[in-house]
Amino acid sequence: MPQETIQLVVTRFHPDHDPVPRFQTYTVPLHEDWVVLDALNYIKDTQDGTLSYRWSCRMGICGSCGMNVNGTPRLTCATFLREYAPGPIRVEPLANFPIIRDLVVDITDFMEKLPRVQPWLVRQDETPLTGGEYRQTPGEMERYHQFSLCINCMLCYAACPVYGLHPEFIGPAALALAHRYNLDSRDQGRAARQAEVYSEEGIWECTFVGQCSVVCPKKVDPAGAIQQEKVSAALDWLKSVVWPWGNR
Amino acid sequence: MAHASRSEPFWWSLFAAGGVVAAFLVPIHVLLEGIVGPLGGPTPAADYDRMHAWLASPFTRVYLFVLISLPLFHWAHRFRFTLADLGLSRFGAWLAVLCYGAAIVGTALAAWLLITAP
Ligand code: SF4
Ligand code: FES
Repeated sequence: MPQETIQLVVTRFHPDHDPVPRFQTYTVPLHEDWVVLDALNYIKDTQDGTLSYRWSCRMGICGSCGMNVNGTPRLTCATFLREYAPGPIRVEPLANFPIIRDLVVDITDFMEKLPRVQPWLVRQDETPLTGGEYRQTPGEMERYHQFSLCINCMLCYAACPVYGLHPEFIGPAALALAHRYNLDSRDQGRAARQAEVYSEEGIWECTFVGQCSVVCPKKVDPAGAIQQEKVSAALDWLKSVVWPWGNR
Repeated sequence: MAHASRSEPFWWSLFAAGGVVAAFLVPIHVLLEGIVGPLGGPTPAADYDRMHAWLASPFTRVYLFVLISLPLFHWAHRFRFTLADLGLSRFGAWLAVLCYGAAIVGTALAAWLLITAP
């Protein structure tokens, strides 16, 4: 029996000779256990060494292989070709980001936004190292665990229509990470994060479309995180109205 | 430097409260007063006299006020963001005035009618 094949329609863009991105079609073997990333590697190895894309771990951990597959943001190392048989499969760079070349996008915007929400443990009173680690019960860990699973793959940014329309939006993953630290019993940085997180470009820009949570490969649920932060912000606001002299 | 918004939590709280009313109270109200009552069921909307007697209670008026006002703010907030997403975001402040203004006018109108109704 002849080997079954499937077609990949892949975005190509070279900034020096292409005025706009174009598509190129490749035919690859349709193996039961091949993911889209395997097919791209096959193309690069045997058909066209100029094809550029990012990947590293091949196991859904590094978060670098995100692309739009048939219009939906996916980790290509976790997306089987057979899901799309008989094809063709359209492979494009992550939506909402500028293209550098082929399937490689410019993530500067995300890298600039991430530190603004201070996604690390912020302490007012730093105990000396000799004091030992900051301890936490399993229950306290459970509160934020889900939001700590983010691998910064940015699929949620590619899926978010609000980010597409208003690029100043801090966006799902960064806000979910802020929420993760706000929920951490060892953290004291919620007040310091407020200026960014509770700003117009922060949680209030979100209209709860929810597509970020649909595409997230790690079930982080950034949309849920943002709504929970909205409730906290609204309660803070209420407290500041009925109890203006209380400390915030 | 970004700063925490003072106005958004207020409008969002009204939006959220309005969403709860619109999702839970409005369907029940429509079912009881819009369908069960007119079909002859045991609700005030069965006939004019019972409706009128029902309205005599201040609790009814407060209930109706909440039922009318909060969903207006729910609409206003959603509509403001819909218009912004349709490309009108450069009129941001005007959209807010227009949408929340309409909800405030609707709320005032409802209050006036409910206070002055015999
Ligand atoms: S929240 Fe989910 S989709 Fe967004 S960057 Fe993190 S892992 Fe990826
Ligand atoms: S290659 Fe690392 S997540 Fe896909």
